[in-house]
Amino acid sequence: MNNLSLLLVVIVLSVAGYYLGRKRSVDVVRGEIRHLHSLPGYYGLFVALWCGLPALVVLAVWIASQTSVITSLVVSGLPPDFRSLPGEQLSLVINDIRNIADGTIVSGTRDQALYAAAKHYNRLKVTGFLAILAVILSICIAGLGLSKRHIAPSMRARVKVERTITVLMVLCSTVAIFTTVGIVLSVLFESIRFFNQIPITDFLFGLEWSPQMAIRADQVGAAGSFGIAPLLTGTLMISGIAMLVAVPIGLMSAIYMSEYATDRVRTVAKPVLEILAGIPTVVYGFFAALTVAPFLRDIGAGMGLDVSSESALAAGLVMGIMIIPFISSLSDDVINAVPQSLRDGSMGIGATKSETVVKVVLPAALPGIVGSILLGVSRAIGETMIVVMAAGLTANLTANPLNAVTTFTVQIVTLLIGDQEFDSPKTLAAFALGLVLFIMTLCLNIIALYVVRRYREQYE
Amino acid sequence: MVMSHDDVFETVGRPLLSDGRIKISCRNVNVYYGNKHAIKDVSVDIAEKEVTAFIGPSGCGKSTFLRCINRMNDTIKDCRFEGNITIDGENIYDKNMDPVLLRARIGMVFQKPNPFPKSIYKNVAYGPSIHGLARNKSELDEIVITSLERAGLFNEVKDQLDHPGTSLSGGQQQRLCIARAISVHPEIILMDEPCSALDPIATAKIEELIDELRQNYTIIIVTHSMQQAARVSQRTAFFHLGSLVEVDDTNTIFVNPEHKLTQDYITGRYG
Repeated sequence: MNNLSLLLVVIVLSVAGYYLGRKRSVDVVRGEIRHLHSLPGYYGLFVALWCGLPALVVLAVWIASQTSVITSLVVSGLPPDFRSLPGEQLSLVINDIRNIADGTIVSGTRDQALYAAAKHYNRLKVTGFLAILAVILSICIAGLGLSKRHIAPSMRARVKVERTITVLMVLCSTVAIFTTVGIVLSVLFESIRFFNQIPITDFLFGLEWSPQMAIRADQVGAAGSFGIAPLLTGTLMISGIAMLVAVPIGLMSAIYMSEYATDRVRTVAKPVLEILAGIPTVVYGFFAALTVAPFLRDIGAGMGLDVSSESALAAGLVMGIMIIPFISSLSDDVINAVPQSLRDGSMGIGATKSETVVKVVLPAALPGIVGSILLGVSRAIGETMIVVMAAGLTANLTANPLNAVTTFTVQIVTLLIGDQEFDSPKTLAAFALGLVLFIMTLCLNIIALYVVRRYREQYE
Repeated sequence: MVMSHDDVFETVGRPLLSDGRIKISCRNVNVYYGNKHAIKDVSVDIAEKEVTAFIGPSGCGKSTFLRCINRMNDTIKDCRFEGNITIDGENIYDKNMDPVLLRARIGMVFQKPNPFPKSIYKNVAYGPSIHGLARNKSELDEIVITSLERAGLFNEVKDQLDHPGTSLSGGQQQRLCIARAISVHPEIILMDEPCSALDPIATAKIEELIDELRQNYTIIIVTHSMQQAARVSQRTAFFHLGSLVEVDDTNTIFVNPEHKLTQDYITGRYG
């Protein structure tokens, strides 16, 4: 007795509608399908859509509104002294009623009126379910009957079905767009709340990051506590180290794979390389924290260097390894997209293979390679798990990769872990950091897309 | 006319030259792509400083044979070569022969114009600079300008040498590729259907150019157009299903062909 069973009812009826509509269309022309405008399946789909879509819309509206409808009915049935409670307490009462109705254990004794209200709540739920079941059944059957009656040899079922499906596809793509817009707006509004408490100049240009200090009321907004400079340098340093590892290795392997490797090597080595892209980042994370970082520290100790056990170097090295497959497989694609005729032209004039690669193929593929590198950088900046585990939490403003540094993503994680007040600058700072991160990766992606798009026009 | 792929034709006409004009001499050349026998026992001489045209229907092996002469087929996997090709008496398939040096002596112009996505200047300067033909910038400038002049392109592009080569028209691009090919002073120029992607006016310019170039270079041109072969070449070779059917002076081939297949092809009865 829940909404899932309603959905099942609609689906079963639509499937039935499909077969009925299909059969009806064949019957109308007495089996001579060539007299129909569309294939019988389209008439079936036409009936199924008319049967299912309106009912699904009604069902969606019901699912979205049932809680508030039932709650407001229950509230209106409560004794007046409950109804006059202020909003927050009223919602506590409603919570109690729901708990009682679900049979969950309620702490303390409760007013008899609440038990009555819970019964009322349950009754309303049953009534509501039966009512919506009746509504949906009648919509389905009405849609099925009406559309079935419409079936005639001249009816353009295919056109109608295809138009409906186009609309459905548009709706699906809108969902993705609206989700993005929603996330961006919510981050933006929370950031604005943050900037109401902390001046944006302090945030952008402050040299000290120490959000914990802001807990004390008299220090909220104290200048310097929310400066992102150390986070920015930390993020850039780790991303820079990662790119120093990933770009040469990724590019070299892409060149080898596309220009030099025999078919047999390629078929084996390429999938193996791409397995790297499938390793969860958390695995890279503990690899960095438990293997690479202590290893670097020991080497450093041997050379008389003071390497922190959570160093930017360790996090950056492992992150670079993680990014290799992105750069190598994207670059491999763009190198392969360079027309063979250019290689022939170069070889035909007496250039060696390496001269051809360095002087003709790579320059021609350069925009695409730059695009892949930029995508790699934006991935490095947004990467979280490796730096959380291996980079440390101390917001050091340093240029020494052997020190512990911290990044935007790490700070967002630590700001939001545990119980938090959702209106303190400390929590809101996470949104502001998220916004900065979002703008940085967005800019990189836009540049990358622009570069890649220009590359497409290269050989016209 | 139904024929199996295993038919090998005895070449008629005058495939071999007896005078001292021989530049390239090919003997019993066989080429296989995997199991496919693409070139079947071809023997022919190419004369110095004249234009030899390879004609024949699609897939008859004329491009494959052309690519044997500068060993471009080496870059294709599964491609196997048998036989003997000598240039000025030197065996180019000798194991001491470096195909890279060989290709510097033999320019190649392709079916589709393939300028590099670089400036016009750099397109032409590419060959001389990888082979170290210029000691300084002014020598390189001179090579670039002479090559462009010889390709009949200099006057059209002299003010835009820094523009990308790909911005030129198709005919200009092809002449740029010819300039690129002659920039390394080759002895031989191979042209693989150089006009098939061009309009009639651009084609006429290239043909004029070929006629001028033959004073200095040995030229082999693969073409689908029999009129083109008749216009630009002194000798013509007719290929069919991987065999060389007939070779002779262009006049003889077009006026009085010896083989029935040649006659059928040039009169447009098949192909």
